[in-house]
Amino acid sequence: MAWYSELTAIKKKSKEDLWIKCKKCQSHIYKSEWEENLNVCPNCNYHGSITSYERINLLFDKNTYKELFNNISPIDSLKFIDLKGSYKDKYETAIKKTGISESVVTGHGKINNIEAVVAVMDFRFLGGSLGSGTGEKILRAANYAYDNNLPYIIFSASGGARMQEGVLSLMQMAKTCAGVARLNKKNIPYISVLTNPTTGGVSASYAMMGDLNISEPGALIAFAGRRVIEQTIGEKLPDDFQTSEYLLKHGFIDSIIDRKNMKNYLSNVLSYYSREIN
Amino acid sequence: MSKNKKAILSAWDVVNISRHPNRPILQDYLSLIFTNFVELHGDRFFSDDLAMIGGFAEIGDQKVMLIGHNKGKKVNENVERNFGMAKPDGYRKALRLMKLAERFNIPIITIIDTPGAFPGLEAEERGQAEAIAKNLTEMASLEVPIICVVIGEGGSGGALGIGVGDKILMLSNSTYSVISPEGCASILWRDAKFAPDAAEALNLTASALHKLGVIDEIIEEPGEGAHTNYGKIAESVKSSILSNLEIYKNFSVEELIQGRFEKYSGIGKFSVNN
Repeated sequence: MAWYSELTAIKKKSKEDLWIKCKKCQSHIYKSEWEENLNVCPNCNYHGSITSYERINLLFDKNTYKELFNNISPIDSLKFIDLKGSYKDKYETAIKKTGISESVVTGHGKINNIEAVVAVMDFRFLGGSLGSGTGEKILRAANYAYDNNLPYIIFSASGGARMQEGVLSLMQMAKTCAGVARLNKKNIPYISVLTNPTTGGVSASYAMMGDLNISEPGALIAFAGRRVIEQTIGEKLPDDFQTSEYLLKHGFIDSIIDRKNMKNYLSNVLSYYSREIN
Repeated sequence: MSKNKKAILSAWDVVNISRHPNRPILQDYLSLIFTNFVELHGDRFFSDDLAMIGGFAEIGDQKVMLIGHNKGKKVNENVERNFGMAKPDGYRKALRLMKLAERFNIPIITIIDTPGAFPGLEAEERGQAEAIAKNLTEMASLEVPIICVVIGEGGSGGALGIGVGDKILMLSNSTYSVISPEGCASILWRDAKFAPDAAEALNLTASALHKLGVIDEIIEEPGEGAHTNYGKIAESVKSSILSNLEIYKNFSVEELIQGRFEKYSGIGKFSVNN
């Protein structure tokens, strides 16, 4: 088809991408249209990835957001070196590339005039992996919510616990859940938003412990990897296995919310909270 | 007469000892150091997971709730016990028994020995992630002392799901890892055959974890490993559990919960920049 080969030719010529190709339906969408649609495909509603700051901009009322604990970054405590080099090199590169210092950004602000503390994970930073610094920031933000009697929202996006910190990473699962436990005890709301992907040690800790667990459409939400499961059981898995829709069917999430509706959904559910806490 | 010097073991050597086919498992400690075991079954929801066992027991003159992974010996038992790989039903049974211990005001002893939480279709369907997450959250505020002993393999979230204790003890040749060395090698070294290198890098031995401040105590194994002297290791484990229980005898609930929160808040190494 002539128009198709023209399209690919133009794509090859220009360095700047004028189009984004949807990973799901393969449609070519103008980059500006993609971005206006919040990195969501206007054709099939595939929710593409979004940075932590982009999400924060979408969520909070203008000029109300204040970042917290952004002075925390990784340390190569195990002096971990694998085939591709040192953990230190990996995270220093990640810091340079993303401009953030760990796989989660924390802060507080108003969501349709309701003050809340938020932690937003960023998949660009070492696959959103849960390391010591990540766990520390998530706990500190939970403690801030606890001390100030504010609701807490965590947006998860993670490949799981960070291998290069060994059991220190594993223990962040317990540490973050201890923070959630205290919020529960004080009856402070905690909402978990599971975005693509939410897996491993993150799904097996705070991500599954929201008073509400909500997710974006089509998110991969998993404990074990699909291939590992297929190898274990020797069978092929259903196509919708480990998606938001699958989890909804099996009773593990409350609702699937489109990105464009997320802010209003969150402020609406928070408006039902009517306790006075001292 | 000079003491026998123990050979310096590589992390991979330790991994192999922790997986030794004759290594004592939970049912061995049950018969050697616990008495009057009253096994309790079921998660009240779906099934009785045989990979995770629990019930009332006595150790010395202490009444406790004992919970742990049981791998089984011999192949038929291994299969029945799913090699100690629990499904959500196992974690939910564990939680039910832990809440029971809290109601009855008796301490909890957990015995950890698992390659990991079972990665199966039904496990995923029944919420393996939620079951573990729930346990982590509930254990954080349980109002009775919790002592956890890693006797073999501490397989990641599968271990931690019954492992949020006031004290974490490890046998000297046991391992505790965020991922199996084989799993780590296949991802970061592109080939599972580099498992020995991954094992070293992961710092998964008791001595490495004790140095990192992640675990509280190492229980020394006899000779070449626990499998060489069941009586001796059993005595060491019993004595360690009893002395750790003694520590919490006079703690108030507030002291216990605050202490546990501070313990887990303090785990992790990161940089705070100005």
